[in-house]
Formats: sequence, C-alpha cells, structure tokens
Amino acid sequence: MAFESLSDRFQRALKKIRGQSRLTEANMDDMLKEVRIALLEADVNFKVVKEFIEHIKTKAIGEQVYLKLNPSQMVVKIVHDELVELLGSGDSELKYQKNKPTIIMLVGLQGTGKTTSAGKLAYLMKKKLGKKVLLAACDVYRPAAIDQLKQVAAQVDVPVYSLGTNANPVDIAKQARDKAFNEHLDVLIIDTAGRLQIDEPLMEELNNISKEVKPDEVLLLVDAMSGQDAINVANTFNSKLDLTGIIMSKLDGDARGGSALSIKHLTGVPIKFAGVGEKLSDLDIFHPDRMADRILGMGDVVTLVEKVQEEIDEKDARKTAQKMMDGDFTLEDMLEQMKKIQKMGSLSSLMKLIPGMPKISEEQKLQAEKEMKNVEAVVNSMTPEERRHPEILKNSRKVRIANGCGKTNADINRVLKKYEQMKAAMKQMKQYQKSGRMPPGGLGGLGGMPF
Amino acid sequence: MGLFKFLKDKFSKKEENKVEQESTKTYVQGMEKSRKNFASKLDNLSKRYKEVNATYFEELEEILIEADVGVSLTLRIIDEALTESKEKNIKEPKEINDLVVDKMFLGYATNGGNIVNEIRFVSEGPTVLLVAGVNGVGKTTTIAKLAYRYIHQGKKVMLCAADTFRAGAIEQLTIWAERLGCPIVTGKPESDPASVAFDGARKAKEENIDLLIVDTAGRLQNKTNLMNELGKISRVISKEISGAPHEAFLVIDATTGQNGVVQAKEFKDCVPLTGIVITKMDGTSKGGIILAIRDELGLPVRFIGLGEKMTDLEEFDLDKYLYGLCLGDEYE
Repeated sequence: MAFESLSDRFQRALKKIRGQSRLTEANMDDMLKEVRIALLEADVNFKVVKEFIEHIKTKAIGEQVYLKLNPSQMVVKIVHDELVELLGSGDSELKYQKNKPTIIMLVGLQGTGKTTSAGKLAYLMKKKLGKKVLLAACDVYRPAAIDQLKQVAAQVDVPVYSLGTNANPVDIAKQARDKAFNEHLDVLIIDTAGRLQIDEPLMEELNNISKEVKPDEVLLLVDAMSGQDAINVANTFNSKLDLTGIIMSKLDGDARGGSALSIKHLTGVPIKFAGVGEKLSDLDIFHPDRMADRILGMGDVVTLVEKVQEEIDEKDARKTAQKMMDGDFTLEDMLEQMKKIQKMGSLSSLMKLIPGMPKISEEQKLQAEKEMKNVEAVVNSMTPEERRHPEILKNSRKVRIANGCGKTNADINRVLKKYEQMKAAMKQMKQYQKSGRMPPGGLGGLGGMPF
Repeated sequence: MGLFKFLKDKFSKKEENKVEQESTKTYVQGMEKSRKNFASKLDNLSKRYKEVNATYFEELEEILIEADVGVSLTLRIIDEALTESKEKNIKEPKEINDLVVDKMFLGYATNGGNIVNEIRFVSEGPTVLLVAGVNGVGKTTTIAKLAYRYIHQGKKVMLCAADTFRAGAIEQLTIWAERLGCPIVTGKPESDPASVAFDGARKAKEENIDLLIVDTAGRLQNKTNLMNELGKISRVISKEISGAPHEAFLVIDATTGQNGVVQAKEFKDCVPLTGIVITKMDGTSKGGIILAIRDELGLPVRFIGLGEKMTDLEEFDLDKYLYGLCLGDEYE
C-alpha cells in the first residue's frame, strides 16, 4: 500500500495519546499532525483540513478538565463529532412528490457513474419503494451510452424514453417528462452526458434541461477516487444548476473518498447516496455518522445490521443471537449463520463493515470464504446428532465424516476447533456486553470467527 | 538555474518546426484551465511576498497538494527547496517558485531510463497492446484515439472488445471500429473476457495485423477476482502470441487523487505495465498524480489526453506538460 488508510493513521495517532494520562499541547500537536497528513492523503481539500484541525484543537482544549478523566476517549469523540459535522448531519433522503412524478436529474464529469447510478436508483425505487419509474436517455454524445442505459434498465425492468442520438437532449427530457405526467408515473430519472464543468455550451444544455423540466432533485456524481480538484467541479455545477445532492460513486474501491467530504463542507450540498458495488442493488443511502465511524476505523456496524436485517428474519436472528450469547451454540447454528451471511452478498463487502476488521487483506478474505466452504462440507457430512453434540465425535466417527466429504481428519479437527473458538468468543462477548464495553481491538481479536 | 527561462527559450516559435508547434499548441490549449489554477496561484503568491519565509513555504506546499502531487512527495520537495534556499541564500519568491517546480519535475526526468512514448512494434507478427484501468477513466475512448493515431501512421489496427461485463461496452467499441474503419473482435456479453482476447490474438495473427488493441472492463484494484481475471487475459494472450502483450497501458483520469498511486501499484503487480495514459487533462485538474506515480513506481506516462478530438491524444512530453502548466499563456 502506498500509504496508510485514514483509519490506520487515526488509530496510530490516537494510540500515541491512549497510553498517556493527560492531554498536553505537545501530544495533541503530534496527533493533529498525523490527522492532517491522513486527511490530505485521503484527498480531503486542504482548506477543509485546516479548518478541521483548528476545530479539534479548540474543542479539545476547551474540554480539558473532562479530558483528564479519559483523554483518548474524549479525543475519539471530538474527532468523530467533527467528522460527522464535516460530512453533514442527519440522513439526507430524497423528497418525493405526492401527486405528480418526482423528477431526478443526474449530472457529472465523464466516467463518474451516472448511467450505472441511474439504473441503481431505478432499482432502489422500484424494488424497495414500489414506485413506477421511467428513465430518460439524454446522453446523445458518447457512443453506445443509450445502449448502456437500455441494458441496465432491462435488468431492472423499467422503461427507457429515448429519441436516439440525433435528438436534442432538452427535447428528450421534455417529452419524457410529459410521458411521466400523462402516464402517472412516480419517478423520472434523467441520465445526462458526462461533461467538463468548464464546457460552456454543454453546461448551458444542462441548464436548459433543468429550466424545462424543473427537476425536484439534481444529483451530482462524484467519484470517490477524485482528488483535490473535485471541489472546483462541484462548485461550478452547483452554481449553474443548484444541486440538491451528491452521489458518491465507487466507494467499494479503496479510495478514502475525502474529496466528497470536502464538497459537502464547502458547498453545503448533502451526500445522499453511495455507490458500493457493481450490482444494481449496490447503492446505499449515505449516512454521515456511519461514514465517520468508518473513517475512524470503528467499522460500520449499523449498515451491517441493516443488511443482516434485510436478509434474515428478525425473530429467527434474535433467537440465534440469544443462543450464541448463552453459549448454547451448535455446529448447525454455525453453519446456518454462515449460510445467511453468504446470502447477503460477498463476504468481502461485509467484512469492511465489521469493527476492528480494516486490516484484513483481500487475500485473507478469500481465504475465509474458502474456509467457509470447507466447514460446510464437513458439517453436512455429520449426523444431526453429531452437529448438535460435537463432543461425541471420536476417531471412528471422524473417519466416516472424512470419507463422506472427501476431507481429512485434520480438516475436521480444524472445523471443530473453529467452533470451539467461536463458542468461547460468544461467551466472552456476553461478558463484555454485561460490562458495557467492547473487547480490545474490536471483534478482530476473535480470530476463530469464520466470517 | 532558470528552468522557466529554459522552457521559454525551448518553446519560442523560432526554435520549433511546424509539427512541434502543433503539438505545443495542443498542450497549451488543453491545459489552459489547469494552468489558470496552478500558474496564477504561484504568481499571486510570489507577488504577495517580498522575501520568502516559513509561511511562504507553507503556502507553496498547499499549491502542490492542491495539484494532487501527494503529501509525501510534496513534503520532500518543499523540504529540499527550503534547504537549498538556505544554503544558497535565495530569498526572491520567484526564484523559489522556479526551484520548486524544477524539483517537482526533476524526479520525473531522472527516475527510470529513457522514455519512448510511441508504441514499440515488434519486428514480426502483431504487436499487442492491453489497456486497463478502473471504471470510467476513458479506456475505450483512449483506445479509439490510439487506433486513429496508428491507422494514420499506416498500421493495420484491430480492436478487441474484452470488456464483456459493462452494459453497452461492446457496442461502444464497435461504433468506434466502424467510424475508424478497422476490424474488431467481440464476444457475447458476460462471456469470458480471456477467451475473447484469445480470439483477438488468433485473428490478429491470421490477418497479419500490426497492432491489436485489447479493451478490458474497468475494475477497482481492490477486487481480487477481477484483478485475477485481468492477469488471466494477459496470460492467455501470451500463449497465442509469445511475448505479448508487448505493451500494457494503465489509463488514469486526471481528476484522480492519491488513490492513483495505489491503482498503479496494484495493476502493475497484476499485468506487466509499460506505461500510463493520463486522460481528461483538458479539465481543471493538474494531474499531479503522475508525478507521485513516477516517484513511487517509476512508471512513465506515454500519452496524454488533452481534449475530445481524435487528434487530442498527444505523446507525453515532460517539458511541454510543464510549459503548459506554468507558462503557456506566453505562447504566441
């Protein structure tokens, strides 16, 4: 890695303070230097970084008495609060019109993900909110852009309004709006061509579309990988079009996305969605507080919980959780858990959400996924009795199981060991839960966890 | 001493031939917006100070960071400039600016061997160029421009659409092939991109093609599966044509921030990269990331995208880039 992640930097910077009994000007300065470099490497705009550091300094010094009690916790809190502030407070949801179509316009530089996001928004609105959606193909410039939108729309099964590449984008938008009104659709999403913010004629075209269709939402696509210049782009788009929100795309990459944070801070335009993968379902509502947690390496627990909730029956989940906590946890439960997690999509995307996990490499994640298949094979070759009471497994049973699943005795022992570790970890969790604090190092310490 | 003077002399019209003038003009025009942000800031800074001091260097640091040069490289450059200014007792702001810009690019010029920008054709059989990059950087458009360039140099060019994943990608490249009048090899959507690349390599051999350009799907460098897939494409090509891909370009968007270094590193680990193409330099971005990439990995920039026209893809030339970024306003 060319440089440490923001989380690592923060964690290291905070560690310097953690061991010390009180917060002094000197050790604060050390930490703030680390924070500054981390933020700049994360592509946060240098002006924003300056302000951020100043805020933290004044806040920390103002709360000195309290800090003496528990300096590291206090600093974590201040940095976290300040980050949330930077990212904007509260959830920023789309406002839907009641009795007429809600019109959403997507704009941005070339290659930021407008067409893909149009598809993802359509998916979100149709599948999750049950809305009737129409897409308008206003990118008449890039070769095959309309084809792309049509293919994406077909996957979601929503119609596309297109007049081909010889039509004027303003006319396409206008007619699509008429269609949406006449057919009493809920949402019209207008996909526009990518353009440089300094391209006057093309910016004028956007302005004309906007004047004509009066969109409820004008969303700017910002690539999570973009650098310091992102703020100039956003400023110009905002001054010409009155943006109502930002979609941060490609957040599933390993870029820190600092630029989008700067945009929120310097333009005041809220970040509304985050693109987190290549599948059409990979669009999340943006939560500033969670993003701050992520930056701080505290994991994105809320997103994880929500993802889990979507896939798992809540009652069922609670039962399992209780069982886990009680230590009444069988191999069947372990397999069941693992299957559910598999259902939720790639493990790697979930791993990122778990606290204490940021240091795990992609290789290790793949390894974990392999491991899971191994566990499945072994457990499936057991009798129900064996799954519930693994302690009865003696050598002869193990030989039978090994033959049944084509694994070795050692593989079976590994699975059993994992199970024991997980069980022990669950017990430990329960104790921590009772005492009201998290285990040191988060869940990362639970090496035996198969996920 | 006198980097700016050297550049001014080099790019004065009297010294240049016609072809060079055209090329310099493309840089000067394409980088106009980048220059407005960078050169004018340097200029303003030097006007506000009579003599350099610590805050002057701090402000210089910010200008470099804003150009996406990256924190560690910026800190090093500023540090070196500070030391040198003390040793040589330089206090004149303009001289310091000159010194800092010189240092920015000295690293690029001295890191790595001689750079040939044009694709190096093999003496026998098709030369294969693999084009890779993250999503949305302009791979397909760059391929069209490169194809245009080499068709105009009299080469037989064939395109290969190994992006079977993104909706509309095959259509996009096919439209370009039609416009350019060159053959194209495609596969079915969602089919194995490596097998499409293999077909491409085979057909290129059969049809005595000079240059086969293989388009690949955009992929984020932290997705191991997709990176493995790219490695496979490269290996499969080498099975059909030994020594291929002879060239592998990573396309990087000029708006890219510090993640660009990670991109270059990961892609380099996956396929034998021979250079970078930086696109979208006609925006307001300064593209400082290419300096950071060169600094960390020694990869040269081979081509630079300075506009939307087919002819706006230029060979990368450090002096012209520098001139376009700092002094272009004085051209003509």
